[in-house]
Amino acid sequence: MTKYKAGIIGSGNIGTDLMYKLERSDQLEMNVMVGIDPSSEGLKRAKERGYHVITDGIEGLMKQPELVDIVFDATTAGAHKYHHDQLTAIGKKVIDLTPAAIGPFVVPPVNLDQHLSEPNVNMVTCGGQATIPIVHAIHRAAPVKYAEIVATVSSKSAGPGTRANIDEFTRTTARAIEEVGGAEKGKAIIILNPADPPIIMRDTVHVLVAEEGKEAEILASIEDMVKEVQNYVPGYRLRSAPQFDGTKVSVFIEVEGAGDFFPPYSGNLDIMTAAAAKVGNEMTRQLTAIASR
Amino acid sequence: MGKRSFNILDVTLRDGSHAVKHSFTEEQVRQVARGLDQAGVRYFEVSHGDGLGGSSLQYGLSAVDEMKLIEAAVDECEQAEVSVLLLPGIGVKEDLEDAVKAGAKMVRVATHVTEADVARQQIELGRNLGLKTIGFLMMAHMAPVDKLIEQAKLFESYGAEVVYVTDSAGALMPHEVKERVSALKDHLSCKVGFHGHNNLSLAMANTIAAVEAGAAYVDGSLRCLGAGSGNTQTEVMAAVFERLGYQTGIDLYKVMDVANDVVAKIMPRPQEITGSSLIMGYSGVYSSFLLHTHDAAKKFGVDERSILIELGKMQAVGGQEDLIYEVAADISKRNKALV
Repeated sequence: MTKYKAGIIGSGNIGTDLMYKLERSDQLEMNVMVGIDPSSEGLKRAKERGYHVITDGIEGLMKQPELVDIVFDATTAGAHKYHHDQLTAIGKKVIDLTPAAIGPFVVPPVNLDQHLSEPNVNMVTCGGQATIPIVHAIHRAAPVKYAEIVATVSSKSAGPGTRANIDEFTRTTARAIEEVGGAEKGKAIIILNPADPPIIMRDTVHVLVAEEGKEAEILASIEDMVKEVQNYVPGYRLRSAPQFDGTKVSVFIEVEGAGDFFPPYSGNLDIMTAAAAKVGNEMTRQLTAIASR
Repeated sequence: MGKRSFNILDVTLRDGSHAVKHSFTEEQVRQVARGLDQAGVRYFEVSHGDGLGGSSLQYGLSAVDEMKLIEAAVDECEQAEVSVLLLPGIGVKEDLEDAVKAGAKMVRVATHVTEADVARQQIELGRNLGLKTIGFLMMAHMAPVDKLIEQAKLFESYGAEVVYVTDSAGALMPHEVKERVSALKDHLSCKVGFHGHNNLSLAMANTIAAVEAGAAYVDGSLRCLGAGSGNTQTEVMAAVFERLGYQTGIDLYKVMDVANDVVAKIMPRPQEITGSSLIMGYSGVYSSFLLHTHDAAKKFGVDERSILIELGKMQAVGGQEDLIYEVAADISKRNKALV
């Protein structure tokens, strides 16, 4: 069986880390890295590992469209709109890791199966990938009136894109807490911590549920969800037992990365690339199933 | 003729929000605002303690929508202008736009002392909205002076008109305040401010050091109603600076009256230096952790001081209130294991 071919646009931190994740995929074949800076570490590494390397961005890729079936975009929201138009016009599937959010938000263990046929899906934010599964897990056990997440990441793992667009991070995450997590109202907070050695990404989810008395169901649902996320992010875990206080539930999570291109403390970056790889895998599985019919 | 004048900015209605667990009512805000305005205080701040959008399960929900409070404060002012605080990552653009609609004229954009580059969007927005725009470098004790200069320069480059040395933990000594304010005076062309906390009983001394080193803006709160043991006491500051020969533009009796007749009645407890706030200053912990630590210590049956010392060791930064409960739970578990 020929595997479907994957391309990555954006040879920065996210794109480079994603390359290592895709190497381990049983569905996708990492094939091409597209960048605009020939001297970038990501393009260098892609070349060393024997992949096609394109140094003149989307224009270069459009000249060799046969190199890819699925394209992961790890550039910027502004650039993504253009990439999306070009790629979907020639029938390529697009997985968007920028905040552009042209396609629907996808958080794999919550709603991936609903969006496998979409031409473009969006990966929300790192804070969203880490916390929305928990919001949803609580919501399916006891309807969530309000959910608030606090993502604390090490300063070293917050790149210039996140720093320049912190408002987009909080707003996009809050919107996805509602649209994907199921909360009636969502709020997101991000904290950067410069401690040295860097801290592992930690996330706190506070929710208000509609009614008290569903502790056992909520705990069981959270436990199942943590296992599901661990399938693609092994370092995803609860830091302590969830706390209940009336209708308020607080859940404390830690995300340790796989240490591919980023050090393990950067769980925030790892969960983005791992979730995107997971989406790519499942989309490919579906394409294969359709093709073999 | 008096010495060079500077601005005293009162933060009772923002920093004090922590001390009353974000329960300010519209009537309380009106009375304090009226008093400050009539006493000649030029600027004062109104927001949730953690800035616009701070109302949350993490920091405490506001009893009254802060936009209503800002509007009420503005409504009471004849000469004073209302400032708001904004922490990127907590409050968003729309919050600031709403605050401007409510009548705010100044924004202070606050980041941890090493993270100024998350504030470009908000500083630019403040300038575009026509606000007096200020950069606020929190937990200034956690970075060496050269780092502080580098970060202050970023704020200035984005368009900040004043950059503050913010001693959020009340951990700085007077000579360290002098060193920091002087360094910013030497390296920036914009103005410099200082915001202190009284956890080590040094807020007034630190504020004098700041003014003598050239600070053009200094913060205070009436009756020290602020996070931790509160800030430099505004009415005391008015008296002290007058004695030192500065012109503050503040009427001493009037500012004392609003402190003692209005604010004192709002205070849930005296703002004295307790064991916990002392330890905050001593170990460099963010002052607004105080009441959260108190609650967590009670819930888990552990000593508040051991929680605070641990948070200091972990280099916790402002906003990490969720860490307090975890630390308290951990200590409680460890204590039980020892028995």
